[in-house]
Amino acid sequence: MATLEEKIEETRKLGLQVVKEIEEDRLMTLSVGPQHPGSGHFRFTIKVDGDYIVYCDPDPGYVHRGEEKMCEYRNVIQNIPHLERPVIHDSNNITYSYSLAVEDLMGIQVPRRGQFIRAIASELNRQVYTLYWLAIYGIFLGHSTMFMWPAGDRELFIDLLERLTGARVTHAYNIPGGVRNDMPEGFKQRCLDHIRYFEKRLKEYEDIFYNMPLFRQRTEGVAVLSKEDAVKLGVTGSVLRASGIPYDIRKVEPYDVYNEVDFKVQYMKTGDSFARSYVPFLDMKESCNIMRQLLDKMPESGEVRTKLQPNPKGPPGEAYRRVESGRGALGYHIVSDGTPRPYRVKISVGSFRNLLALPYLLVGNKLADMPAVYWSLNYWPVEADR
Amino acid sequence: MSSDKEEQKMKAAKPTKAAGPEKAAPEVAKPAETKPVPAPKPAAPPATAAPPAKQEPEPPAFEKGLAQELVAKFGDAVKILYIRPIRIKVETGPSSIVEVATYLRDSMGFDHAESASGTDYPKENQIEVNYHLGSYTRDDLLANIIVLTTKANRDDPRVPSLIRVYPSVEYHERETYEMLGVYFEGHPRMERFLLPEDWADIPPLRKDFRIKGR
Amino acid sequence: MNKELVSPTNFNAFVSKLSDVLVRALDKPLGYAINWGRLWSLWPVHLETACCSVEFGAASSPRYDVERFGIIEAFGSLRMCDLIVVQGTVTRKMAPRLRMVYDQMPEPKYVIAMGACAITGGLYIDSYNVLPGVDGIIPVDVYVPGCPPRPETLIQGTMLLQEKIKRSKIK
Repeated sequence: MATLEEKIEETRKLGLQVVKEIEEDRLMTLSVGPQHPGSGHFRFTIKVDGDYIVYCDPDPGYVHRGEEKMCEYRNVIQNIPHLERPVIHDSNNITYSYSLAVEDLMGIQVPRRGQFIRAIASELNRQVYTLYWLAIYGIFLGHSTMFMWPAGDRELFIDLLERLTGARVTHAYNIPGGVRNDMPEGFKQRCLDHIRYFEKRLKEYEDIFYNMPLFRQRTEGVAVLSKEDAVKLGVTGSVLRASGIPYDIRKVEPYDVYNEVDFKVQYMKTGDSFARSYVPFLDMKESCNIMRQLLDKMPESGEVRTKLQPNPKGPPGEAYRRVESGRGALGYHIVSDGTPRPYRVKISVGSFRNLLALPYLLVGNKLADMPAVYWSLNYWPVEADR
Repeated sequence: MSSDKEEQKMKAAKPTKAAGPEKAAPEVAKPAETKPVPAPKPAAPPATAAPPAKQEPEPPAFEKGLAQELVAKFGDAVKILYIRPIRIKVETGPSSIVEVATYLRDSMGFDHAESASGTDYPKENQIEVNYHLGSYTRDDLLANIIVLTTKANRDDPRVPSLIRVYPSVEYHERETYEMLGVYFEGHPRMERFLLPEDWADIPPLRKDFRIKGR
Repeated sequence: MNKELVSPTNFNAFVSKLSDVLVRALDKPLGYAINWGRLWSLWPVHLETACCSVEFGAASSPRYDVERFGIIEAFGSLRMCDLIVVQGTVTRKMAPRLRMVYDQMPEPKYVIAMGACAITGGLYIDSYNVLPGVDGIIPVDVYVPGCPPRPETLIQGTMLLQEKIKRSKIK
């Protein structure tokens, strides 16, 4: 009968989630359930041996609403409010990818000003999402100032988005063909003012949170995801970039106007929890640069949308497009059979792919490290369940 | 063998399949019959077959090279369904999918699977299982996605699991199992993942599962 | 006469008469005080149901600051809480857990159904995994419409709940 350490090593090496009955009396099973201040809408079962986590089994599906099935019963434009609900505070990115895939299928060309506005809205949404993630991360670790400051600064960007689209979080703004309406007057100046203020705030975040010795102790060296493991497990987004692979879909497969924007992909080589929590912060800084360039290069006037006929349909075929959202690569595989309703919509979300890293990272760590590791994976349960 | 029968059924069913791209129909017949010269074939048929109202652009050379490499190695066991810029769709039978995937991972550099899912085609009595494969380490393949598909009979869909080749498909295969009913042989834990524990209905993503009121 | 009142056979009647008098005298002010205490310290359970949780989190942000109404949201144990805000869609998988959480809370407890999905199923009414409204499994006090409701709407919902508590009788 293999010892406990050998079993853990074996599980780690094979990379498989094997359910083994560990016949030791001293293991205790904890259910970190949906009602928990540290877990969100997600449940995972962990077995602990004293203070060390020995086994972890995620149990998602508490917010599974059947998005993929419901998309088959609505036409292409009616799907937009549906598809933005999985991540309501990053809705411009999840509908961006869908619009790109539908435009591929139907051969629609988006006007240039529309492409710029889409990219600007996408960057603003990335800031909104990352700030919310940072706020919840702060409060999971007990740092309530780090909840209040990002939550407050996030309201500035939500203000901008509200001026642009009309709603705080669920915008329904990106549709196949472009965006719904043009920018209001004075938006550009307001946006630049907010970005200038926000960059000063980012320095303060670094001082109060990332340079805090307690945070560093809790996250540096904890739950290291090596480069080979990151590739094998197929993780994406900031988790991948924190393990040393500079992969960003905006650089690799530029969509719309991202090939005219000059920016660097932010990545770190250590792969521990600190790197995973620092990379989104660096992404936010880079996003401010991108927004400035986009606002500069945007054409002064023009159409923002290609109007489609009421029940748009295209030739049968399939398309797969991806976009870099706050969590990682968000891809849509749409199969169409020539009718206005898609035949099959498969959403490939970053959260679901990153979930696979959770059991391997938690094994061997202390129970108290669990919030730091879990939330550093940038996992949004509502999106993973779709 | 059953895979040959399936391939023949697929070849027969191809021209009637509405969901596949129309440009697949002239392309499919060519690689299987004229193996030694696959290169000029994908360009020629669209001009002669007169596709209805959709122009078929010339498949790019880099992706054509990748497709050629696969066809040269496996011959009749793989079919190239379409070649587009940075997207290639490859179809193979359930018995050879593990080999093809291993070859793609070791020799061609596609080192992870982005996702695994399926589509239900009740008219042809098939479920198409597809894997999206990508590469993180090879610089020339960073943006490419190969869609590796296989077809399973709808009445008893069993497909070998790719978990030993790509560990990242673990949760995706579980989800495809519960949503479409496809059993992946070799997966260590084939149980329901997202649906509630007391789900007592047919798999939801099948076409004969109607949601209420529609 | 006093001795008669307090004799063993009459003791129960005396105590009950005394308690009647006390209750009638103190009912109003004591009830007001207890209700005042309850409505200004509604502590919600940390159960996020679906996407409206983002707006609930935003309601605790410095701009909308629901903490000035007494709603502090950072607890581990639900035995100390008296409010459940059902934030969004309740799926069939989450429903038994929601009922369990509701049962474990001590009296008095209040429920706010936030978002269109919690009221009637909302945008997902024809989904296979969604309950059409949460009032089939737990009794709801206040319905807050919106998809998602703005934090100000949530605060208005809380104020309605406060009015309701003010009007209620304590037992």
